[in-house]
Amino acid sequence: MTVHNRPGVLNRITGLFTKRHYNIESITVGHTETEGISRMTFVVNVEDERTAEQITKQLNKQIDVLKVHDITDQAIVARELALIKVAVNPAARQEIYTLIEPFRAAIVDVGKESLVIQVTGEPEKVEALIDLLKSYGIKEVARTGTTAFTRGSQKAAASYKTAFII
Amino acid sequence: MANMKVEEKRKQKMRISGAFMLIEALKAEKVEVIFGYPGGAVLPIYDKLYDSGIFHVLTRHEQGAIHAAEGYARISGKPGVVIATSGPGATNIVTGLTDAMMDSLPLVVFTGQVASGVIGSDAFQEADVVGITMPITKHSYQVRHVQELPKIIKEAFHIATTGRPGPVLIDIPKDMTTQEGEFDYEQPVRLPGYQPTVYPNHLQIRKLVEAVSQAKRPVILAGAGVLHANASQELQQYAEQQKIPVIHTLLGLGGFPADHPLFLGMAGMHGTYTANMALYECDLLINIGARFDDRVTGNLNCFAPKATVAHIDIDPAEIGKNVPTKIPIVSDAKEALKELILQEGRPADTDEWLAQLAEWKKGFPLVYKNEPGTMKPQKLIEMIYELTDGEAIVTTDVGQHQMWTAQYYKFKQPNRWVTSGGLGTMGFGLPAAIGAQLADRQATVVSIVGDGGFQMTLQELSVIQELKLPIKVVIVNNQSLGMVRQWQQLFYEKRYSHSLIPNQPDFVKLAEAYNIKGLRAKTEAEAVRVLQQAFSLHEPVLLDIHVAADENVYPMVAPGKGLHEMVGVKLCEESLQ
Ligand SMILES: Cc1ncc(C[n+]2csc(CCOP(=O)(O)OP(=O)(O)O)c2C)c(N)n1
Ligand SMILES: [Mg+2]
Repeated sequence: MTVHNRPGVLNRITGLFTKRHYNIESITVGHTETEGISRMTFVVNVEDERTAEQITKQLNKQIDVLKVHDITDQAIVARELALIKVAVNPAARQEIYTLIEPFRAAIVDVGKESLVIQVTGEPEKVEALIDLLKSYGIKEVARTGTTAFTRGSQKAAASYKTAFII
Repeated sequence: MANMKVEEKRKQKMRISGAFMLIEALKAEKVEVIFGYPGGAVLPIYDKLYDSGIFHVLTRHEQGAIHAAEGYARISGKPGVVIATSGPGATNIVTGLTDAMMDSLPLVVFTGQVASGVIGSDAFQEADVVGITMPITKHSYQVRHVQELPKIIKEAFHIATTGRPGPVLIDIPKDMTTQEGEFDYEQPVRLPGYQPTVYPNHLQIRKLVEAVSQAKRPVILAGAGVLHANASQELQQYAEQQKIPVIHTLLGLGGFPADHPLFLGMAGMHGTYTANMALYECDLLINIGARFDDRVTGNLNCFAPKATVAHIDIDPAEIGKNVPTKIPIVSDAKEALKELILQEGRPADTDEWLAQLAEWKKGFPLVYKNEPGTMKPQKLIEMIYELTDGEAIVTTDVGQHQMWTAQYYKFKQPNRWVTSGGLGTMGFGLPAAIGAQLADRQATVVSIVGDGGFQMTLQELSVIQELKLPIKVVIVNNQSLGMVRQWQQLFYEKRYSHSLIPNQPDFVKLAEAYNIKGLRAKTEAEAVRVLQQAFSLHEPVLLDIHVAADENVYPMVAPGKGLHEMVGVKLCEESLQ
């Protein structure tokens, strides 16, 4: 969804979610191509279509909200970035390099006892990598949350259980 | 002439202080009255107010100010304007903001704030008012640059009064009222994120027309949206044209004449048998400007189980929120009704249905046991109704007396009824009556309040006396927090935990202390006498009317029950309780 970048706007939106008892899985916020307008992407777990519709309508009522799209049932490009700090001894490093390769992840920091891996992709992919790395001992994970666009062509609609609202 | 225009322009572009801008903006908005209370952070505003010529009512508590503004808005249809100082002044209006938000009343509320430079430092009388009020306002602003002030005020009035009305708050740091800037109030409001839909979708209107022509048992549930849209006439015209009976929500009362043969009464927890059964049995439910509040619907699982639901509402988020809706019509109620009247369509064949409803109305009217000697609260309301020819402006608090008033004061006209519905705010009635009387100086205003609620805002008697407002304040004195007592009787084994308040002030002496005439009645005969006396006087009167303390409000849909499961429909049934 796009909003006027005004003081307190994020507060208004998250406050609305709290008030209406909706749980936010993730939020991303950033500037758009137009000055003064920001894009927010929310991932929200909902029980049914009606709830998703209600969230969209309530968001639309906010004066600072310009446009809301529920893109749950649309073909979308969704991306998330995660930094994963893994405990590794030098011996296991090579193994990790090989492991992350198919994920097109990168090592962005190397320490004596740990590595920081950066991965970008759909939330499922990020999830999968984190899962694989668990056996090495994950020290910390930082995830940005998902940001998304609808695809230029809407032929192949993906189906997600969670609602994406942008 | 041309000169004057130039002069006008020059004035608009003048550099003036923020406080002065505020005054000028209020004049441009043709604000007749402000309800407020001064304090440190709003001193510059009050200084400019001093010789501005704008009428300001100093209530004796900020809560009084905002409820008065609500009463004013409810009766005048214009936005109520409030000023409160920072910190405690602002937090004192939180209840009123929530109340106005729930009941869709247009308010523009100015709160003072500490100076920009110290915001965030826990300065004296600093409170994060925008943060506190975000969920209870339609929109809010904090002024960051004095230059924005005119634009913000203009937007605030626009937002408060258009679409679904509601309260808008403007938080003004003190330095923003003393700094100077150009005053330009001519710029048009531009809000790309706020474009309420006013006109109905033609296709949906066609669908409704079609549904009506097919219906055997249609019913209209009309809420306050009809009043906000000023659509009472259209509602009556449409109902008569299509021969569809009408039910009101608590807040909608007066939108359709209570003495009209098509009127079935109020719906919901304390609604009439006929209204609730009609909602249960109908095959087409046309909701116009009501939000399917839980006090109206009862248990949703058995609400209007046989009906196709159509919903006309200016707020799209209300449609489908609580009740699945087949025919959604996002529109102003008046515009939609005008369109429906125009379309005409084949009226529903409702003869059989209307006959059934007439039978229910006759068989199950509102009843109470009239015991000679004791003053029955229901009887009290009937007496007030008769003495005022059913034409008074009536305000109430919240509780049993409110429900009895809704049941027994048969409003014939719109905008005569002022009550706190969504929030159910005790203490609302008295200050709301002040605002209502200021909105209509000619009207007879009766404030029917509880002995409990009255004590929450009674300080506003000062204002009534000061402004010589001829309001009749009627305390329905049951020496208890009656509605709480009723629930404890019915659902908590008569364990009257903190709901009995026999320890009361002498209300007559209290009135006298405020220099207001006080009258008391302990029997029905006395009540008749003091009421007659009160209504013959063109001055404020406080009446302390003692009523039967153990009376309950019936019929009643118990919490969790469906509308068709109401109890206390017949007298004998009630005596079982
Ligand atoms: C501010 C506030 N506090 C508490 C309540 C809960 N409440 C609802 S009705 C009621 C009793 C009101 O008593 P009274 O004003 O005497 O009216 P009655 O029911 O006796 O007519 C109470 C306490 C409320 N509605 N508002
Ligand atoms: Mg009482």
